[in-house]
Amino acid sequence: MNNQRNPTISKGVDSTLIWLYLLLVAIGLMSIFSVTYREGDDVLRSFLNFKTEYSKQLIFFGASLLLGLFILLTDSKFFTATANIWYAFGVLLLLLVFPFHSNVRGTESIIKLGGFNLQPAELMKLFVCLALAKYLSRVETDFNKTSSHLMAAGILLLPALITIAQHETGLALVFFAFFLVMFREGLPAGYLVIGFSLAVLVVATLLVDKNILAVIILIIALLTIYFGWRFTRQRRELIIIVSLVTVTCVGVQRFAVPFIFTHVLKGYQVERIFSLIGRENPYAKLNTVKGDDEPVDKKGKDTDYNVRQSKIAIGSGGFVGRGFLKGTQTRFEFVPEQRTDFIFCTIGEGFGFLGCLGVLGIYIFLLLRIVNIAERQRSVFSRCYAYGVASVFFFHIAINICMTIGLAPVIGIPLPFISYGGTSLLSFTTMLFILIRLDADRQMVLR
Amino acid sequence: MSVFNQSRSNIIRLIFLGLFLIIIVQLFNLQVIQGKYKQLAMDNAVFAKTRYPDRGIIYDRKNRPILNNTIMYDLVVVPKEAKKTDTFGLCEILGIDTAEYNKRIKEASFKNGPYRPSIFEDLLEPQLQARLDENIWKFPGFALVERPVRVYPFNAAAHIMGYIGEADSTIIKRSGGFYHMGDYVGRNGLEAYYERVLMGQRGVEFLLKDNKNRLVGNYEKGRYDTPAIRGRNLHTYIDVELQQLAEKLISGKLGAVVALDPKTGGILAMASGPNYDPNTLTGPNKQKNYGRMVLDVKAPLLNRAIQGFYPPGSTYKPLGALIGLDEGVITPASGIGCTGAYYGCNKVVHCTEHWQGHSANLRLSIAWSCNSFFSDVFRKTIDNPEYHSSRAGLIQWTNYMHKFGLGHRIGVDLPSEIGGNVPDTTQYDKEYHRSWNSCTMVTIGIGQDKLTVTPLQMANSMAIVANKGYYYIPHFVKNIENETEKDTLLKKYREKHEVLTHIPNDVYDIVQEGMQDVVDHGTAQVARIPGINMCAKTGTAENKTVLDGRVIQLKDNSMFVCFAPREDPKICVAVVVQNAGFGASWAAPIASLMVEKYLTDSIRAERLPEIKRIAEANIIPDYFERLQYKTDSVRAYKWFNLTHDSDYIKKYLPRRSAKKENRAPAPVAMKPEKDKMINENLYAKRSTTDKRNP
Repeated sequence: MNNQRNPTISKGVDSTLIWLYLLLVAIGLMSIFSVTYREGDDVLRSFLNFKTEYSKQLIFFGASLLLGLFILLTDSKFFTATANIWYAFGVLLLLLVFPFHSNVRGTESIIKLGGFNLQPAELMKLFVCLALAKYLSRVETDFNKTSSHLMAAGILLLPALITIAQHETGLALVFFAFFLVMFREGLPAGYLVIGFSLAVLVVATLLVDKNILAVIILIIALLTIYFGWRFTRQRRELIIIVSLVTVTCVGVQRFAVPFIFTHVLKGYQVERIFSLIGRENPYAKLNTVKGDDEPVDKKGKDTDYNVRQSKIAIGSGGFVGRGFLKGTQTRFEFVPEQRTDFIFCTIGEGFGFLGCLGVLGIYIFLLLRIVNIAERQRSVFSRCYAYGVASVFFFHIAINICMTIGLAPVIGIPLPFISYGGTSLLSFTTMLFILIRLDADRQMVLR
Repeated sequence: MSVFNQSRSNIIRLIFLGLFLIIIVQLFNLQVIQGKYKQLAMDNAVFAKTRYPDRGIIYDRKNRPILNNTIMYDLVVVPKEAKKTDTFGLCEILGIDTAEYNKRIKEASFKNGPYRPSIFEDLLEPQLQARLDENIWKFPGFALVERPVRVYPFNAAAHIMGYIGEADSTIIKRSGGFYHMGDYVGRNGLEAYYERVLMGQRGVEFLLKDNKNRLVGNYEKGRYDTPAIRGRNLHTYIDVELQQLAEKLISGKLGAVVALDPKTGGILAMASGPNYDPNTLTGPNKQKNYGRMVLDVKAPLLNRAIQGFYPPGSTYKPLGALIGLDEGVITPASGIGCTGAYYGCNKVVHCTEHWQGHSANLRLSIAWSCNSFFSDVFRKTIDNPEYHSSRAGLIQWTNYMHKFGLGHRIGVDLPSEIGGNVPDTTQYDKEYHRSWNSCTMVTIGIGQDKLTVTPLQMANSMAIVANKGYYYIPHFVKNIENETEKDTLLKKYREKHEVLTHIPNDVYDIVQEGMQDVVDHGTAQVARIPGINMCAKTGTAENKTVLDGRVIQLKDNSMFVCFAPREDPKICVAVVVQNAGFGASWAAPIASLMVEKYLTDSIRAERLPEIKRIAEANIIPDYFERLQYKTDSVRAYKWFNLTHDSDYIKKYLPRRSAKKENRAPAPVAMKPEKDKMINENLYAKRSTTDKRNP
């Protein structure tokens, strides 16, 4: 313990994570460069004139490094001590969005502070991560009790609900990634089963006619009762439980899903979901959510334009890619949101299947490394925090890449460390460096 | 505390790996298995732009360009960038109103999209272009773009050169995909006949376009581009000054002038009247001008030198004599006692000369154009005892005519030539139920009956006489620039056609002497040029037409054929002036002026008033005015029936006002787009009307 006063900050720092981080940011810079660079530009000058996007990203990178260094210099106890305060501060910021939001990019989740756009939901990921870790690591928390489950769920559902109220469903979904943390800490598998069943039910609602689905649910219920009849003596309870479940299912299928599609999600989001499964949107005219229809320039093209162009870009890369700066899809802006959400196309087009494999390899190495680090922590707080970071990264990576290759609906969330954007780079860097700081003190038991 | 949950870390690892595996499978599917995306990306981003080369230039015999290229300017707009343009200033310069401006901008956005340039106004007049060029900075989004245009520096040879136009669906279909929509292609004349030579080779440039279809640069730095290769030039036999003279002389008349070099078959000049300035079909008003000419019943677009066919009349007589001589049915000493008519058949063939001895021998008969003598020669040819039947005789005669290049297209290097008619046994069998003899068709001997020829064929027949038995197929192009083995177009023009083999040179001399007598003492003395021995033959052919149900007797067609100088023929000329009277009155002086101009390279000062007199004479028959009125009103009626648009028919309806007296207004000037529609709908085969004429 006394060694903690040692002045060298590098002690205990996991260099692998830092190398992976630097590698990913470099890939990101290169990708942004290949999108923005035009033939004849003076590379060195435009990298330093801070006007081009790759040059701006370079500044963000410098700022991130400074912030990372600063975090490495702080005491680990600072994070455990202030976790709840940060959380409260974050929720306050989220609530402040309602009266003070500015209509940037058609969202209602941004506060304009001078020239800087602050998106509290972005910061909230970090705060929830800290607060959840704090709660789970409390001595008095017994995570076998349902009340603790509810409390933990509440920590992440509160900001999620506020974000949904701001019609940022994509961002809100990120908070659900924290269930992975709770799962690791002993959340009964039954919850996951219920959650999975609910997901199946929602997908089924989209794919199957509502009356047919109701009949199917009823048949499943009757079959359950028929087979359950022999195995249980508490037949009364069986009937009550099955009936309740059936009613809930039908309720979800009949009322909840249509309600979400008409009152919670924006019209274009519903369109994207339906375009992913290749169906016509039956709720198109019923949608009552106000706000700009689509944040990106639509140019009168159909809803799956982005995904189609993105798939063309990635597919045209082939096995080895078209070469750096040779991709026509990404260089001539056929894919919208090229630098931010659809940055993966650049890699797919320029470097092909091998390049994608390389980037995915780096990511999976990063995630598994974080899980390993999590498992070597002595303190529950650090472990929970590490799992939180892994969950958030995983969610971002998986959803972002799946969306570019047409496996997930288009949700505007960035690819960690690679996408252009100061806020996302800073927040991911902060999350990672707090983890590195905590890991450096892995012999300590933090509360 | 939750150490016993450690196994769950493995589940989480599996979840991570599982999802990544799904992603990798989908990536493999997109990038390796499905090949279509590469093509889709190419379609998205690469635009194959056709580069059009300059068309070849056509030169005359002295290397003066008759058909050249020049640059005109289109005003082009990119609608999205034209938002801040000074609309009023632009409208004022162009002379349009704001509504028209907005309409055109809207059309442009619709046609090519708001981010790509579209033509706002094409082929600007030079003054307009200059004004716009000065002020173009005031009109962001607008630009002047060069466009190569064909130009005729001498304003001459419209019918020969032809013109280019956009390829229509038939041309595209016939070319098997070689031409595309919007390609320019030779539509007439040498432009069409030598299309593949003149057009050069189109190049392709692969350009990159961005998401808004703007072109942003070359694909792969132009590695896959093919350059456009300039079209090859043509060198012709045409003497452009002679051509201009011919056009001047035939203007205001219906008819044709053809001059060719008998030694080579090269055509020196070919004019058709009425004619037009070829530059009217290239400039800004080409649609309007074309529409007007198509609707003109005098058919200025028709090249009468190869598309008008006429009974040759007396100009056939030297040919008739040559066939008789070659067949051996007459000798230069053969004669006939003619006293003003030929009584050998049931119908009497009258002769213009009555005095005894004008048909004592071949030379005299040619000189005095004795109808009796040539009727007799023709009958002797048909009833040649060698063949035992007049059927075989007629076949033999037909063969001669075909060998002379008559009765079928002679094969000049212009499209849409007409062959004329040489009657054969089937035609007479059909008409006379197989019972006919040499008397049935005796007037062929004097160039009448069913025999028709084009002025070009007449000139070529003269070449046979001048050359003493051979000819080359008449043609314009002497050689093609950088000619190679593959250029087969000119091959047939370099073959000598020996058509008469049994006639000794001194017998030819007798025929030629007879023809020289025509000029020196006979009917064509007006054509005499001092110091030049010219051989000639006049011709006159009757013609009638039917108008408003009545047969109208029209003035005779005036015809003249000649070659000169007799000793070493350098030029053959055939002239036809429709409805002008005797051959000597109009056709002979025209031909004579052509010969003088060509052989002496100038025209004597005392003949200049004659040129003026002929050039200014308007010998177009009156009935055309009535015909024009009729066709216009019929068209207006059909237009009304088609569209219920009474714009045009109004002025033809009888009214109580004073306008009634004005029975024949000038041809109606219609709006070009309507003209085009009418042409396509109703007058697709307009050019055929002239065939009924002579």
